[in-house]
Amino acid sequence: MPFFEGKNMTGGYGKGPDIINSCTVNVERGEIVSILGPNGAGKSTAMKAMLGLLNLKSGSVIIDGKDISKLSPQDRVKEGISFVPQTKNVFAGMTVEENLEMGAFLVNDYYKNVIDEIYNLFPILSEKRKQFVGELSGGQRQQVALGRALMIKPSVLMLDEPTAGVSPIVMDELFDHIIKVKKTNVAILMVEQNAKQALNISDRGYVLVTGENRYSGTGKELLNDPRVRSSFLGG
Amino acid sequence: MRKNLNVIAAYSIMMGLIILVGTFQSWNIALSIFNLCLISAVMTMGANIQWGYAGLINFGIMGFTALGGLAAVLISVNPVQEAWSAGGINILLSLFLIIGIVLAVRFVLKRYQKSKIRNYIIAVIIISGIIIIRFVSEPGIEAIEEVNPAKSGFLGGLGLPIIFSWIVGAFFAGGLAFVIGKVALGLRADYLAIATLLISEIVIAIIKHEDWLTRGVKNVVGLKRPAPYEVNLQQTEWFINLVEKFNSSKLNLITDLSERQVALNQLVIDGSSVFVKLCYSGLFLVVVIILLILTQKALYSPWGRMMRAIRDNEEAANAMGKNVVKQHLLIFVLGSAIVGVAGAMLVTQDGLFTPGSYRPLRYTFLIWVMVIVGGSGNNFGAILGGFVVWFLWIESAPIGLYLVNLTTAGLEDTHFLKVHLIESVPYFRFLMMGIGLLLIMRYRPKGILPEKIEIK
Amino acid sequence: MDFLNALILLLNYIFVPALAYGSQLAIGAIFVTLIYGILRFANFATGDMMSFGTMIAILFTWHFQSIGLTLGFLPTALLAIPFAILIMGSYMLIIDKFVFKYYRLNKSPPVQLAMVSIGVMFVTQAVVRIIIGPSDRRFFDGEKFLIKASEFKDITGLNEGLAIKSTQVITIVVTIILVSILFWFLNKTKTGKSMRAYSDNEDLALLSGIDPKKIVIITWMIAAILATIGGVLYGLDKSFKPFTYFNNMLPIFAAAIVGGIGNPFGAFLGGYVIAFSEILLTYAYKKFFMYVLPESMEPDGLIQLLSTDYKFAVSFSILVIVLLYRPSGIFKGKIL
Repeated sequence: MPFFEGKNMTGGYGKGPDIINSCTVNVERGEIVSILGPNGAGKSTAMKAMLGLLNLKSGSVIIDGKDISKLSPQDRVKEGISFVPQTKNVFAGMTVEENLEMGAFLVNDYYKNVIDEIYNLFPILSEKRKQFVGELSGGQRQQVALGRALMIKPSVLMLDEPTAGVSPIVMDELFDHIIKVKKTNVAILMVEQNAKQALNISDRGYVLVTGENRYSGTGKELLNDPRVRSSFLGG
Repeated sequence: MRKNLNVIAAYSIMMGLIILVGTFQSWNIALSIFNLCLISAVMTMGANIQWGYAGLINFGIMGFTALGGLAAVLISVNPVQEAWSAGGINILLSLFLIIGIVLAVRFVLKRYQKSKIRNYIIAVIIISGIIIIRFVSEPGIEAIEEVNPAKSGFLGGLGLPIIFSWIVGAFFAGGLAFVIGKVALGLRADYLAIATLLISEIVIAIIKHEDWLTRGVKNVVGLKRPAPYEVNLQQTEWFINLVEKFNSSKLNLITDLSERQVALNQLVIDGSSVFVKLCYSGLFLVVVIILLILTQKALYSPWGRMMRAIRDNEEAANAMGKNVVKQHLLIFVLGSAIVGVAGAMLVTQDGLFTPGSYRPLRYTFLIWVMVIVGGSGNNFGAILGGFVVWFLWIESAPIGLYLVNLTTAGLEDTHFLKVHLIESVPYFRFLMMGIGLLLIMRYRPKGILPEKIEIK
Repeated sequence: MDFLNALILLLNYIFVPALAYGSQLAIGAIFVTLIYGILRFANFATGDMMSFGTMIAILFTWHFQSIGLTLGFLPTALLAIPFAILIMGSYMLIIDKFVFKYYRLNKSPPVQLAMVSIGVMFVTQAVVRIIIGPSDRRFFDGEKFLIKASEFKDITGLNEGLAIKSTQVITIVVTIILVSILFWFLNKTKTGKSMRAYSDNEDLALLSGIDPKKIVIITWMIAAILATIGGVLYGLDKSFKPFTYFNNMLPIFAAAIVGGIGNPFGAFLGGYVIAFSEILLTYAYKKFFMYVLPESMEPDGLIQLLSTDYKFAVSFSILVIVLLYRPSGIFKGKIL
């Protein structure tokens, strides 16, 4: 039984049409899983469904054997699921340290040592701890966003297009950071546009098309699969 | 047809209410309510084309109303020759200086690139200009204000029939709206609201304190009328005959000749003021109908469709090549001009101009209550809003008194609570407006007569 | 000697009054900016909410005076403030529950909330006028002056007197205490930081587990404290009249926007910017120049840039200029 799984999820926003259809995604601890696919395939929707941001018509979301399909997003955060949105994922008007503190809002006990762990993981943030996040570079902001999400010591980290809009160098750096996070035994689920690079660091991947699972396999298998290559990886 | 039934029903009820006031209170009161309802309707039409057609918030209605009123003074009052000879030159000189400053600033803006130095130059031009103008105008202003201060003390106007001021008022208000629009229309909706509110306060401050132009808080009274004077009517043969004919059945009951004469005189006096009010009603009704036809035509024209498109999705309209900024400016000017007409009409009806009476509650927020209650985006709704809200504004005091008496019936007349409540009856109108607005916004957010656009 | 006289003149007629007036505006502006930053609308009921709080404080003051409870040389109203804040806070929470909450949950555009606040403005205005009436009321008691002009002249031997009203000192001291506590709260406590986070990025705040209901309640409570204290300080220094309070909304808005709306520190400074420019630009400097210039160069006119009639107009013009050149305000808005 996988650690975190969205099983046969079907649903859409509000009363609109279904965007995902019987879609299944799962991830183990210490594993990176990417969700790929063309525009409008329902990648982000699948992730938001697992976070509880939309109501499922059918299917279930399970973490560590516990069904959390009916919990609100806030309650899922308490179950150890952290999410980094694609845009507006930091408090731009607050300092780096305050951002991290807000990440730990739900953790009542002493969180100073968690902050230190984050600083060890992302040394640059330690230097800029008193700076406003709005003044940092794009890559540094993404690190703040990751750091904020890690403050609750999550068992699952979900990333919505973490590399959107950053330069290739920064992208490589970010992926390095994501691998570092994985090594702390966190289950990482991410939606990515830069499919090739994402699969390179992923243990497994899913390719969604029109809200349904089309292909799945390890990162290497998908990279080498000619059908996936021709349609999504640009040959 | 079914759709129009709402409109017809709503207006019939409104007219019925005014007729009720006429029969139970007096026709004089009913007509003065009716006339102000008409003026309010013009104002709401102005606000409605800005808010309903284009989604622009204009909280500066008070300022445009006052400018319209100022137009009435400047058009109709006879020029004060003495004042002109005392200080007219200084004023004219100052006017040229202002034009000069504006041209100089424009020149600098066009000629030089955007830079700090350019900003400093502009600031220097404006500040030194203001100082020079003060030196030039001060002696003139003092001289003008010294000319017969109890009666004039200002330059006076052009001495034309006051009805022209309705058009001039539109130009005044439209001109100010053009300047404000150029400056402020790029702002976000709520910033625009605050900016226009504050700018309208500046306008009022100027009108209140530039005595040489407006007499300020000393007020201008006895403006010319487009309608006959009661006193003259009471002595006119045909009018007396008309009143006699109208009330012949009532008068015939009185057999004593002298008593009959007294009764007739009283009827003539009452009748004369009703007649004058009717004249105003006629004039105002013509304005309302003309504006209604124009605005309805505009709403259903391609231009109206474009405006709604811009309102509903500014970015898409922009992308389709519609010049949103220009259209917004146009509609801001048009709407404000209509409010200016209403301002001139108001002063025309009152026959006096009292700058101290322009307060945002009455002339900005109340008009907005009218627009929201009536139905924004729908001209019939906006007019109805003007009627309903003004009617309630006036009649809420009697209604409030009735309610107070009803709820405190158990108390003695001298009970402190009852006395206190009866004293505060005038403020029930605020309560009514507030609760009315809140209820409408909550349960009928599109107003009594919502916007209905048929796609043809 | 003349130089000292000139200095005292400026202190007496410009600096001290502007500092007191600025403090009153600053408190109001922080109120506006908090509501704007966290509840996300321009609150047109600002002035009337302040007048409601002041009215309650006055009623308590009268009650305390009638039972002989006073604070000696300090005004009794200070004693009434805590009670007034409680009632003010309940009033605001009731209004929020029955009026604003609905629109907040529906995610209505800010414009709609601003319109709704006009409804609240009308209602509050009616309530205040029905309870206490529209007339001008003074409720100050205690020692009127800290230093009287004549005493100052006697002590220093200068021609110019410096009169400091106790209400001015109270205003400034209370403002300093209140604002320090508020900034400490916003910047150092977890709840305060979560309010800033909510104002900065609502969605992310929700994802971090911050409870919006709690934020809203705390915001209204802080708003009640600010509105009541701001209103009472103004009323003590000048007088209480519902219409004046309604009008005060305008310079308060100007201060909030000039300071950068949504930024409490900006609003705080904005209050002083508005107050000082109003008074500096409308003060007649004739006497000042008479002291500093030699007799031969003494000015004839009043040396006044603008007549005092344009006091309000000054602040609004500053606002218009700021909106034109820096719509986000001098101190950059939208960071709480």
